[in-house]
Amino acid sequence: PAAVQCRSASTTCGLAPTDTSTVLPSCGVEPYSEAFRQNQAQMDGQIAKLDADIKQVLEAGGHKAVQRHRERGKLLPRERIQLLLDPGSPFLELSQLAGKGLYGSEEVPSGGIVTGIGSVHGRLVAVVANDATVKGGTYYPITVKKHLRLQEVAQRCRLPCVYLVDSGGANLPRQADVFPDRDHFGRIFYNQARMSAAGIPQVAVVLGSCTAGGAYVPAMADESVIVRGNGTIFLGGPPLVKAATGEDVSAEELGGAELHCSTSGVTDHLAESEEHALSLARSILSHLNTPPPPHPAAAAATQPWQQQPGGSSSGGGSGRAGWEEPLFPPDELRGVIPADPKQPFDVRAVLARLLDGSRFHEFKAKYGSTLVTGFGSLYGMPVGVVANNGILFSEAALKGAHFVQLCAQRGVPLLFLQNITGFMVGKRYEAGGIAKDGAKMVQAVANADVPKLTLMIGGSFGAGNYGMCGRAFSPDFLYMWPNARISVMGGEQAASVLHVVESDKRQREGKEWAAEAQEEFKQGIRDRYDAEGQPSFASARLWDDGVIAPQDTRTVLGLSLAAALNRPPASSRFGVFRM
Amino acid sequence: CSSVAASSSRPAIDKLLVANRGEIACRVFTTAKRLGIPTVAVFSEADRLSRHVAMADEAYCIGPAAARDSYLRTDRILEVASMTGATAVHPGYGFLSENSGFAGACEERGIAFVGPPPAAILAMGDKSEAKAAMLAAGVPVVPGYHGEEQGEERLQQEAARVGYPLLVKAVMGGGGKGMKLAEKPEEFLTALHSARREALAGFGDDRVLLERFITRPRHIEVQVFADSYGEAVYLFERDCSVQRRHQKVIEEAPAPGISQAFRQAIGESAVAAAKAVGYRSAGTVEFIVDVDSGGNGSYGGGQQQQQDYFFMEMNTRLQVEHPVTEAISGVDLVEWQLRVAAGERLPLRQQDLAIKGHAFEARLYAEKPENNFLPAGGRVLRWQVPPGAVFFTDGPLRVDSGVQQGDLVGVNYDPMIAKLISTGPDRAAALSSLHSALQQLQVSGLPTNTEFLKRITQNEEFKQGAVDTSFISRHERELLGAEPVGQSVLALAALVFQQAAVRQAAAAAAAAAGGAGLRAPWSVFNGFRVNHGTSCEVAFSHPRSEAQHQLCIEQARDGTTRVVGSGVGSAGSQGSDGGLAVHGVEVGEDSVCAEIGGQRLAANWCMHSHGEDEVLDLWVAGRQYQFRRPVIRKWLRTGAASQLAGTVTTPMPGRIVKVFVSQGDEVEEGEALVVVEAMKMEHTVRAPCAGTVQELRSFADAQIQEGHVLAVVVPAHAAAATA
Repeated sequence: PAAVQCRSASTTCGLAPTDTSTVLPSCGVEPYSEAFRQNQAQMDGQIAKLDADIKQVLEAGGHKAVQRHRERGKLLPRERIQLLLDPGSPFLELSQLAGKGLYGSEEVPSGGIVTGIGSVHGRLVAVVANDATVKGGTYYPITVKKHLRLQEVAQRCRLPCVYLVDSGGANLPRQADVFPDRDHFGRIFYNQARMSAAGIPQVAVVLGSCTAGGAYVPAMADESVIVRGNGTIFLGGPPLVKAATGEDVSAEELGGAELHCSTSGVTDHLAESEEHALSLARSILSHLNTPPPPHPAAAAATQPWQQQPGGSSSGGGSGRAGWEEPLFPPDELRGVIPADPKQPFDVRAVLARLLDGSRFHEFKAKYGSTLVTGFGSLYGMPVGVVANNGILFSEAALKGAHFVQLCAQRGVPLLFLQNITGFMVGKRYEAGGIAKDGAKMVQAVANADVPKLTLMIGGSFGAGNYGMCGRAFSPDFLYMWPNARISVMGGEQAASVLHVVESDKRQREGKEWAAEAQEEFKQGIRDRYDAEGQPSFASARLWDDGVIAPQDTRTVLGLSLAAALNRPPASSRFGVFRM
Repeated sequence: CSSVAASSSRPAIDKLLVANRGEIACRVFTTAKRLGIPTVAVFSEADRLSRHVAMADEAYCIGPAAARDSYLRTDRILEVASMTGATAVHPGYGFLSENSGFAGACEERGIAFVGPPPAAILAMGDKSEAKAAMLAAGVPVVPGYHGEEQGEERLQQEAARVGYPLLVKAVMGGGGKGMKLAEKPEEFLTALHSARREALAGFGDDRVLLERFITRPRHIEVQVFADSYGEAVYLFERDCSVQRRHQKVIEEAPAPGISQAFRQAIGESAVAAAKAVGYRSAGTVEFIVDVDSGGNGSYGGGQQQQQDYFFMEMNTRLQVEHPVTEAISGVDLVEWQLRVAAGERLPLRQQDLAIKGHAFEARLYAEKPENNFLPAGGRVLRWQVPPGAVFFTDGPLRVDSGVQQGDLVGVNYDPMIAKLISTGPDRAAALSSLHSALQQLQVSGLPTNTEFLKRITQNEEFKQGAVDTSFISRHERELLGAEPVGQSVLALAALVFQQAAVRQAAAAAAAAAGGAGLRAPWSVFNGFRVNHGTSCEVAFSHPRSEAQHQLCIEQARDGTTRVVGSGVGSAGSQGSDGGLAVHGVEVGEDSVCAEIGGQRLAANWCMHSHGEDEVLDLWVAGRQYQFRRPVIRKWLRTGAASQLAGTVTTPMPGRIVKVFVSQGDEVEEGEALVVVEAMKMEHTVRAPCAGTVQELRSFADAQIQEGHVLAVVVPAHAAAATA
């Protein structure tokens, strides 16, 4: 038999050109292993807690209040949003746990306001919906904060705003924490005015009362709708008018739909029912004539919308046009985090279940290896990943600063995966200038003007939180997993530090300190840090945009990134890097 | 058609003009094409895009939509014939087919009229004259009075002589128009007046004839064929006893349950009838067979005495139901017509003809059987014939139809959509093939009688065969009753309503902003919610069973879906908490697949809007369901719900001929408001309640679509309440 003569002896010649070297392996996560089972059981317990919290939130103001609300022909805020959005549109709801446990015995589910992003006629809009079943929809401090946060998101992402108004205005007993300050009630209207000026449409739909300050929401809107019967707008309600002038008027006469559409001109469209009002709002949004600016990152992506998935099942099979699903099902993310939080794990296991096709072009893999950096994509949108894989050393911080600048240069959005106990401490490291190296990373992160997403998948402690784009660094969106913990340092360290300080003090004062009392002291610190580090504690205060389950992470990050890409690209300018 | 014709040469026709439209024009063109004869179509302005226009070699517009301005314009048709050099004109059925003046005018111009000589048309056209001729030729006729003397007194005397029950028929009538029944002498005058009114309106001639009414009649007709040389044959009989309001619904050949002797006798009588008037071409001699005569209700069989049959009338044209005869005889009747018109002799003689197998024809109409067969109209949005069906050509399943998807049916012309002709080696086989064809047929956009036809094919008495003409009215409940909808079908409907909206939104989103639409994963319209599932309410009605359904599609966070709500999830379903579990929903452009409560369902769907409703047609397991839900589009003012009771909608599309009231009038309940005319029948629309005519959207001569609101009558009590 005639032998085939090879021109080259090399075995790499003539191979298929597909390069799989950037495809991540399972990274130690094996769904049939005992460890995985334990991890998942632990995570599922935390998810179950989250689910229970959400269930409570969905009950809104409670059975009675909801019933009264419905009897008036009114819908709940999430139902209103569903009717406003395109059928089948996702709704990226923010901070569902806002207000949880903030006001003692007064429960304010979701902070009394539902906010988020959805699609109307195929364009993204930001929605704010008051929940009148929660304390009449009045604004608690957290309500104001959440409203403002949504406006901030809308402003940054240049999303038209729709206000579904059904609110009694400021919560009077808490006026001092609601009314006077810069980031209080008045800021809502300031934002409306500034956004309108910036060409971001402001639309209000009055579905209930709009009293006092609340009256300015529709009044400041570019275009507004009001429902006959339920919708009223006035600066002072009938009781106030009676008190002030002795005039006896009904709410309808004083500020009803007919009056405002035909006499006062405060509102523009008269609706006969909630459904009608929401369809009018949709109609308004179809006439904005403001096509979203194309973003280079989007241009790089092919067009997944050309192929629509068929069914309603959210299984999310791979092979859709435009992007590849990860090789490992995102559901496996429930088993990635070790049941024992002290156990280390490879953060690439998360990336393998998050990024398109599990593909990750890692940058500087062998240098500063406690920080993992590299490029991948989410639903076809390129992302630069910065992920903790251990404590931060100088090299890791330098690598992080380098990589963030790289992304800023290329206009690649950044995704931070936080699991950080902090920067390395100790004499050698301080002497090595870890503070200035950490500062370089912080400098780079703060000034990189690209869309930024932060996800806390484990601890978020100390200056690590800053370098990894914590809330103070204004990432476009920030989410936490149910297992995540956030505080200035870990409870254990805090207990030790405070214990040392306290015992020094007692020693100076010559006081005895019993061993049990010492332990009690430390436990108290630990307990407090543990409680305050919980995601629900953080989310209740709006330190994040929501707690999300690991299996939903890919979707939530994808939705968030796509929304963030709605704003026009900017070029980054960096400050002085301390060398 | 495969033809057993001896000659396969092209008949001596240079060019053939078909003075008709719709399926019959297409059918004639098909044979002409096969024979190599160039064809000419004429069409009205409403038919520009019709199938028959596309099928012809040449086509000419002859006027506006109204038949009197186009298809009945002898002058224009003849002008087209001369201009194009057509040497023959086929009139089809209806329109000018039995117009002796037209036939004569053709012959004067040397154009062959593909049909009988004018004299034969005239002789058979006048019912009284025809009966006299038949009596003379020895053809049995029903006892009756066909005299010229039309005085009421004389007619009453003659009625007494003929005997009751009797029919009063317009002399010029046909197809059930101008025909009234008097069961007892007391009813005679009412029947007479009513028949005269319709006769005058319909035919411009109010002369009537009287005839004995046969209580349990079968309608059996014989296909005859004659050439110009005095030769005539019969191509056996058709049974057209399944009728509603004197209109044929299902026809079959041969007639079931008759003996060879009877067949021969009735066939020879038919030939005698044709010869008596010097007939030529294809014709049909209709007989009425008295089931109560003859022995013990069996049909002329064996030893028993033969049943009576009487000559009714002769249709001097090719009949709508001619395909069943073609199916059992193997003869292409149109080919024979063309050959005879070209002066050829009949291709076969009587002894060469034999029956092979059995055939059925079902007429698919745009109508509402459940609403007294009210003619309907609309645009055909979906038109799917069963796979394997062949058009205008002999086969196990033949479909004759001039309708295409997108056509408007039943507005300007006849509401017939199609004829389905099934053939089999025996009656049972042909019937079961008709049944399955009806199951596979998909028509959307307008109401049809498909379900009604399907139920006939399943009726036990009909399966036995040899039913009389009262069959439909005797089985009304079984054939027309509403059947409740199964819970899995309801669930499927809810899913389609939801998913169709999602598909539409996704497509609109993709097209938005000049194609720069949404980025993934926003473009994945899966209704994602953060940390919780979704529930989507779907409220719809099933008008046929007058049922309202309120369903909720609940999609849990983990993607599991269930449908809960009225009528869903009762005993026997697989839902643990009263719902139906749903898996693997795949909604395509017109198809849907889903596993509902453990059962895999595959269906087709078509969504369209009608007035203020979104209409969903769903074909599941051989049945068509129609569901509706109101759209958020138009809003009545608060408190207007009470006014809904007084919204008067047209019962059918048509033309407004008279308006009795003006806006602001006070009306009593039942007071006539408007008269709507459709298919030459007048319908008076009455006030549903006493009150004030608040809105009037009726103007004489206006053409109105189905669902048109004619008037809004505000009930007296509601007006008082809102005042």
